[in-house]
Amino acid sequence: MSLFRRTAAAVPATASRRTAAGLCLGETGTICCLEDPTMALKLLEMGCVPGVLVRLSGRAPLGDPLMLVLGDNEYTLSLRRSEAATITLKP
Amino acid sequence: MQAADALTAAAPVPAATPALAAPPRPLRIALIGNPNSGKTSLFNQLTGLNQKVGNFPGVTVDRKSGWAQLAPGRRAEIVDLPGTYSLYPKSLDEHVITDLLYDKAAPNYPDFVVVTVDASNLRRSLLLFTQVVDLGLPAILALNMTDVAARHGVNIDVPALEQELGVPVVPMNARSGSGVAALKIVMAERLATCPAGLFWWPDEALLPLVRQVRYYFDLHNDYLALHYLQQYRHIQFLTADDRAHLQELATQYGFDATAQQAQETIARYQRINAVLLETVTVTRTETREPVSNRLDRVLTHRVGGYLIFLAILFLLFQAIFAWAQYPMDLIDQGIGALSQAIQARFAGPLVRLLTEGVLAGLGGVLIFIPQIALLFGFLAVLEETGYMARVTFLMDKLMRPFGLSGKSVVPLISGLACAVPAIMGARTIESWKDRMITIFVTPLMSCSARIPVYTVLVALVVPDAPVLSLFNLRGVVLMGLYLLGLFSALGSAWVLKKVLKARERSYFIMEFPVYKWPRWKNVALTIYQKVRAFVWSAGQVIVAISVLLWGLASYGPGTAQAQAEARVRAAAGAAAPAVLARNVAAARLEASYAGVFGRTIEPTIRPLGFDWKIGIALLTSFAAREVFVGTMSTIYSVGQDADLGTVQAKLRAERGPDGKPFFTPARALSLLVFYVFAMQCMSTLAVTYRETKSWRWPLGQLMYMTGLAYAAALLVWQVLK
Repeated sequence: MSLFRRTAAAVPATASRRTAAGLCLGETGTICCLEDPTMALKLLEMGCVPGVLVRLSGRAPLGDPLMLVLGDNEYTLSLRRSEAATITLKP
Repeated sequence: MQAADALTAAAPVPAATPALAAPPRPLRIALIGNPNSGKTSLFNQLTGLNQKVGNFPGVTVDRKSGWAQLAPGRRAEIVDLPGTYSLYPKSLDEHVITDLLYDKAAPNYPDFVVVTVDASNLRRSLLLFTQVVDLGLPAILALNMTDVAARHGVNIDVPALEQELGVPVVPMNARSGSGVAALKIVMAERLATCPAGLFWWPDEALLPLVRQVRYYFDLHNDYLALHYLQQYRHIQFLTADDRAHLQELATQYGFDATAQQAQETIARYQRINAVLLETVTVTRTETREPVSNRLDRVLTHRVGGYLIFLAILFLLFQAIFAWAQYPMDLIDQGIGALSQAIQARFAGPLVRLLTEGVLAGLGGVLIFIPQIALLFGFLAVLEETGYMARVTFLMDKLMRPFGLSGKSVVPLISGLACAVPAIMGARTIESWKDRMITIFVTPLMSCSARIPVYTVLVALVVPDAPVLSLFNLRGVVLMGLYLLGLFSALGSAWVLKKVLKARERSYFIMEFPVYKWPRWKNVALTIYQKVRAFVWSAGQVIVAISVLLWGLASYGPGTAQAQAEARVRAAAGAAAPAVLARNVAAARLEASYAGVFGRTIEPTIRPLGFDWKIGIALLTSFAAREVFVGTMSTIYSVGQDADLGTVQAKLRAERGPDGKPFFTPARALSLLVFYVFAMQCMSTLAVTYRETKSWRWPLGQLMYMTGLAYAAALLVWQVLK
């Protein structure tokens, strides 16, 4: 059932793909899948499970890293743009 | 999906049977939990001052343990494990956990574990809990931060949760201490249990492989066998043959570790969601954004964020250099007065050993205490409030061009206190390359052991004058020395980035802890531990070297000293008695063992502007640089008027062969620059070796930093003299 595998193959990396790195400030999205297998393990452990809401709540002064709020204001993760780009969101 | 039948499903783990009679040895209990789940607060509540932080280069380095009085006549050893999100280690720190929990035969294997979970964030916290329980460890759930959860409108039905999880659940608040008494009772009564069923078990398809591993290693459950398959490369106690066997099995069955782990984690979350559905109701009372998020908007603002960080750093330096000065002066004067009082009443070689050897060295140790206490206090407050994570966030992009990450900032800042804990702190950096670079450059940050060298020499040659009517010139020079250290660290990191090849990619992702008011008890405990560790471990070395030095400076080979004295007396003629006495003392020192030693290396250091007396101090401070001031104090107190109490007075009174003050600004600056760069700390080298598991790194550090120091001091002296 490995979620990220199936979707990683099915969704090609096109420009139209929405990722957590592409969110506007304050915008919310729902996690669809995690693209990078190794990164996915870390993200899953930290609660980035498919179906969970994420909101971009801030960016570091130089535009990177990002601050993502998970769920209903439950907690905040900080991660680099490149890491957030592995989280695809439901269209 | 497995919620309904989990309890009835095949459960290979028998429930733990509590011992009927009390065991002869005390209980051993491990504390485990997510980072920021209040685990350390709970550990402090349980053990208080009865803590033992394993010191390098011992074996128990990573483990903090302590004794807790759970009930009258019931003591238990509590082991505090590093914070982790799962039992699949992602960083070095976390491997300690698996090494302890995998091996039932290990001497430190816990009787049961207390899992601390953040009640306001149960879903994620329970992931680790279900893994621990599935390994077959009896557990107690410490439901922490219930106050925060209540504020967020999270209502937890504790009896229902207990029913669902199958282990005792104790609601508590480790910060205020409420619920800790209840937890102690549950711990003392050994009420920890293994649930009747597992939360998750390997797929049918995996069973043949898992069972083969399980029977080969004679393991008590399937899940542990699976962990062996996942982790065999990192399990300390496995032999090379075992590893080869596991690898063979994994390839034979086509075991995909990553996919399996992801599948397990998702399945666990589903199971946890089912549990939470039955036990937790959320009634959002507040619609406003959490205070923490609003604070973040200010503290991580694109301009304000950096200004605030700079202001905090400035305050830190102010505290270390201005506020600490008063207690330091008191200690300095106190030691000086004591030494004079003793010398005034008694005489003889033993008294001189006591005053010029032991007391002088002791003064060099004690004088550090105010600064170390302030620095570690400050760092502890920043860590406790959650601000450190924001610093990491602010600095990541800035650090990356230098081959460092935002996570390197904390070790580098801690390096201002002491490189030893700072290098150990670099363990939180998952990427090998980032971590090696951080470890390599951290000793270039000016640590607190350099403070006395800086303060003494700066005060000696820099006038106490205002700059722009706001700053003090001495403060500005000090700041400059610190910046020199910082920039050399960054520059060296950049060079290393070009040289080293990355082994794996670097992660940055981390959780932002919610801002909290610091627990002063935790801060005080940190300060106490650091000061005690310093006084005991560094202090012994310093006092021992001071005594040794005193001996070397007071005695010489054969009759060399007597001959030198005779020569001076013969040449002096009708000189004033005070001058004669000083010349005699100087001649005797020069002819002593220390003098011979210094003389030998003098040709090497003369281009830097150093003489043989400084040479002695340089040599002794290769063991630990904080010895410098003590050495200078000892060397220059031999043969000077006894009433020159402080080191500064002694140095100021020192004359060159031409009769002018010996410590000119150029000479002092050259010496200062040498100390900024030089690797003069055995403990740092030892800890670098331990952390990198190779002599290449500490030797590289030693040669690189010493070379840098020599070149820089040479440049300063040749330009300025």
